[in-house]
Amino acid sequence: MQNLDPILQTRGLSVYYDAKKAVTDVDLDVARNRITAIIGPSGCGKSTLLRCFNRMNDLIPSARVEGQVLFDGLDLYGHDVDPTEIRYEIGMVFQRPNPFPKSIYDNVAFGPRINGFQGDIAELVERSLVRAALWDEVKDRLKASALSLSGGQQQRLCIARALAVEPRVILMDEPCSALDPIATLAIEELMRELSEDYSIIIVTHNMQQAARVSHYTAFLMVEEARVGFLVEFGESRQIFTNPKDERTEAYITGRFG
Amino acid sequence: MVRADFDRNLEELEAELLLLGEMVEKAIIKAMDALERRDLTLAYEVVAEDDLIDEKRFELEEKCIDLIATQQPLAVDLRTLLAVLHIAVELERMGDYAEGIGKICMIIGDDEPVETPKQIPQMARMGITMLRRSLKSLMDRDTDLANDVWDSDDEVDALYDGVCHQIFLDMGQNPKTIEASTHFLWVAHDLERIADRATNIAERVIFVVTGRIGRYKQPSQGTD
Repeated sequence: MQNLDPILQTRGLSVYYDAKKAVTDVDLDVARNRITAIIGPSGCGKSTLLRCFNRMNDLIPSARVEGQVLFDGLDLYGHDVDPTEIRYEIGMVFQRPNPFPKSIYDNVAFGPRINGFQGDIAELVERSLVRAALWDEVKDRLKASALSLSGGQQQRLCIARALAVEPRVILMDEPCSALDPIATLAIEELMRELSEDYSIIIVTHNMQQAARVSHYTAFLMVEEARVGFLVEFGESRQIFTNPKDERTEAYITGRFG
Repeated sequence: MVRADFDRNLEELEAELLLLGEMVEKAIIKAMDALERRDLTLAYEVVAEDDLIDEKRFELEEKCIDLIATQQPLAVDLRTLLAVLHIAVELERMGDYAEGIGKICMIIGDDEPVETPKQIPQMARMGITMLRRSLKSLMDRDTDLANDVWDSDDEVDALYDGVCHQIFLDMGQNPKTIEASTHFLWVAHDLERIADRATNIAERVIFVVTGRIGRYKQPSQGTD
């Protein structure tokens, strides 16, 4: 824990939807090239917190953010920061696979193209698909519709699409909740591989998944008086074998509430 | 309360572990009785009944494995199940030492008895007390009591050293008793090991409560 090299840090981070608080005063360090899981019961603000890391909350008119999110020291909510630029650096993969109604190739090429990519785009598409562990399955049908892929393949395509703009951080919001167990394990395997080069934050309801895949885990909770506050953060093996806080213990052993 | 079924399974598991502990305790008491009275029938019973202890241990192990596979326990649940697995093995091995004493009784048979060294019944009493207290510390999740079990082990070790010293002296002075005395050396060894196993149980109790593995001695006050 002492050696955690943070790529992202929140300081006193709170998020409101209108007057309603969804995240309360969170200080969290996200380790570089590691997987950080955010767990907690429904409504604890974990997805809201995740969306702060690439300013996706900006897209919700009623949302308001207080405090700081530092990306290698840069305040993401600073006046001169362009949220679109941020989203190239900090990509996102959503709960349900959401490929564009285009070919497999075009899905991956989409981001670099609108970003004005000048290099060898075919090579970039291949590299991204290889990194997303999908290349072998689709290399002979790159022009086929993305919708012809299975759910698990579609999710890996969305990961390839996120990788194509060469981000440094990947945010994943319940990326396996719509997938079967085999496809889930394939994504988890992929996450471990990707974590050598990327920093990953995953929000998951599935505690076994958090335990299997993540290096660090943050537990968020909701109480009557407070919403979306950080209860405990630590190495996942510590959180899942010997949590320090009894609320974490109650949650992960299924005795919550 | 959610997970009521799982909680009930855990409770039953601990109750069965206690039952195994009682079986082992009875085996030790019986083995010592057999030794004291040179009672071959009793000794034979101890040896035969060890199979029941072995079976109970396997039964407990299977239940633990089932719960781990089906309930994916985490945190204190995981630590408890791993501790039960471990303690079941410790108890079964203690049963083997009782069986060992039973076998020694059968070897001694009704030979002209050599006087039992006085430390031996004392070691047996201490071992039984340590066994009981180690299991009580598990049931009560009492780390202070677990630490007391540890402390008692030093006394048993001292008794063991004393009895060995005594026996070797006797052997030197009276070589006719060498064979019979050797048997008592083994009884003392078995009793010393029983006490060691009780400290292993105490160690697992510390693990259940604190999550720390190994020969960690928790300070008696000021835990986190």
